Amino acid sequence: MSKEHVIQVAFVGNPNCGKTTLFNALTGANLKVANWPGVTVEKKEGLTSYKGQKINLVDLPGIYSLTSYSIEEKVSRRCVMEDDIDVIVNVVDASSLERNLYLTMQLLELGKPVILAMNMMDVVKERGMEIDNHRLPEMLGHIPVVPVSARKRTGLNVLLHAVKHHYEEEMPETVVAYTEDIEEKISVLKERLKEKYPSLVYLRWTAVKLLENDEETIKEYNLDAPDILDRSYEKEIINQKYDYIEEIVEEVLFYKDSSKEGKTDKVDRLLTHQFWGVPVFLGIMAFVFFLTFTIGDALKGVFEIGLDALLNGSTAFLTSLHASDWVISLVVDGVIAGVGGILTFLPNIFILFLALGILEDSGYMARVAYVMDGIMGRVGLSGKAFLPMVLGFGCTVPAVMATRTLEKEADRKRTIFLTPFMSCSARLPIYVLFSSMFFEEYAAIAAFSLYVLGLVMAVILALIMGKVKKGDSAGSLLMELPEYKMPNARTIAIYVWEKVKDYLSKAGTTIFVASIVIWFILNFGIHGMVADVQESFGAVLGHWMEPLLAPAGLGLWQVGVALIAGLSAKEVVVSSMAVLFGISNINSAAGMTTMTSALGQYGFGAVNAYALMVFCLLYTPCMATVATIKKESNSWGFTLKIVLFQLVLAYGAAVLVFQAGSLLF
Amino acid sequence: MTLLETQKGESYRVKNIMEQENVQRRLEALGILEGTRIKVLNQKKSGSTIIRVRGTRWALGRDIAGGIQVEGYDE
Repeated sequence: MSKEHVIQVAFVGNPNCGKTTLFNALTGANLKVANWPGVTVEKKEGLTSYKGQKINLVDLPGIYSLTSYSIEEKVSRRCVMEDDIDVIVNVVDASSLERNLYLTMQLLELGKPVILAMNMMDVVKERGMEIDNHRLPEMLGHIPVVPVSARKRTGLNVLLHAVKHHYEEEMPETVVAYTEDIEEKISVLKERLKEKYPSLVYLRWTAVKLLENDEETIKEYNLDAPDILDRSYEKEIINQKYDYIEEIVEEVLFYKDSSKEGKTDKVDRLLTHQFWGVPVFLGIMAFVFFLTFTIGDALKGVFEIGLDALLNGSTAFLTSLHASDWVISLVVDGVIAGVGGILTFLPNIFILFLALGILEDSGYMARVAYVMDGIMGRVGLSGKAFLPMVLGFGCTVPAVMATRTLEKEADRKRTIFLTPFMSCSARLPIYVLFSSMFFEEYAAIAAFSLYVLGLVMAVILALIMGKVKKGDSAGSLLMELPEYKMPNARTIAIYVWEKVKDYLSKAGTTIFVASIVIWFILNFGIHGMVADVQESFGAVLGHWMEPLLAPAGLGLWQVGVALIAGLSAKEVVVSSMAVLFGISNINSAAGMTTMTSALGQYGFGAVNAYALMVFCLLYTPCMATVATIKKESNSWGFTLKIVLFQLVLAYGAAVLVFQAGSLLF
Repeated sequence: MTLLETQKGESYRVKNIMEQENVQRRLEALGILEGTRIKVLNQKKSGSTIIRVRGTRWALGRDIAGGIQVEGYDE
């Protein structure tokens, strides 16, 4: 037998068709699944096998057509055409057949084996519709049509079976037959193409694209045929494809019971209401935040008990090994205090992402773009630009990446500029800790006020930028609003697990290293290990910063050190504080009391704490965000501008808060 | 009239699309072109509009809605 052939399969489909969920179900890969268009921007691969046959799956970005107007379309088009893809699995949302089949028509024109995976058949049934699964393949040139449910994981084996047995199949070239004049042009073009480019496989496809005046195709296949290509026939070609789709839908789709229709419309009447839309959105976000704060706090106790046990256990264990004092100190005061302290915030992070995941998967997030469109219009952005900002409440890094869905470069940069002002989950531990320490029963309100402050800052900045760049009209909103659906437990679980994993790996890497570094600079000075912390590198550095930070009420060397350390990741501000004050379990009642009194000795009170939180909200984003902004904007100048601007803004705002606060209280 | 002057809940037929070239081609690829039936589901004062076209809901910004010319259509 020759070398084993791995079948290469490309997953192609519209945004929101459940393509990524299906891909995950088949490969077990933990990819992010979201419920709005344009989330899979990169190509992702996963290996699976069926009855001994190895199959490599490539997940392509969700696209509506194979034109080449967006990055996603270009990526997908290039992949299915150029790569050694054996078979295309076209995932369609069966509940929205008419729109989904347009892409199918284009794929069929390629002449490559296509398998149609009919997803969301359960939704079809729920809505009282029925699809004729015998007639449909007939009308699509007898390609295999496999009903699947990505969510319920049914039909997966049948799909793989189809892949295994059909990947070498010949395809009928013509599924959509255009009007005579166009078909005539196509056949002439095909002949001329064959002459000039003998190795070209996609003859019909290329001919059609030339008639559509498709830029990329014209560039690549320069055919001098003014007699045939006298004008663009794009409109006719699109219309005739849709005409054929209408024919198909009429023949294969039956409404048994139309009374179940319109559930989404009913829900939308409230959620996208002219007046209530915005308050409902704010209410939902406030509720998410409230849950994060309260449930997270309630679950915290479990982690604390674990952390205490770990602390005592490791101290006892290291002592029993006769480890030297500095080793014990490094492990207990450095690593466990820093990393462990951060881990106790895991419940808060978990709840936050759980809530965001549910909002995404249910289909609500896309509505937010519509709801916010008018308001965002006033600051010169489309409602679509609001989505990355909402994501920013989770983490700024994916939020910055999500700005890719904005077509205009100027809009993208403006949105990237605003995203760091959304309080990300890394800032949550800072808020939770300092609010609980200094604001007691008003803790939740104090923390929430920082979320609002970030939003207000973003709006003000957007307004200023909008004024400056007047006349540059914003890219307009054009976005699909998917049907509402029950959030899928598995999808959400994968989503939340990804986030929790990120958080844990950050605790294991960035925060681990930062804690050791902080421990080191606190325990070592120019003369080696120091007994008095005042002689340590950390104290020297911190003292140097004291006069600078004093106007903001942060003139405490420990705070200075923590803020510098926080540039690596914002949670590090908290873990550093733990190490700096030698508090083993900073998020526990005892830990907080110790810290409050330690800070109190320096006259650090509620106003200082608030100024600190404001500073942390606004100052330079973490390293990962800075790197992402650089990558996405491809400009060091732009990145540096953001870094410096935020630093200055944070300092100014903290000074203002502290000075005003000191006068008032 | 344009989509901005339509009634919520009514159906229309696209008469003409007057958008920038790239927006126009995007709309065409989504199946929104001359002769297409559109149902207006929702519209805000700001001009943001939700329509249903070929079984799919779309949210459109004011600019785009203002560039789509429609005429009445009786089912």
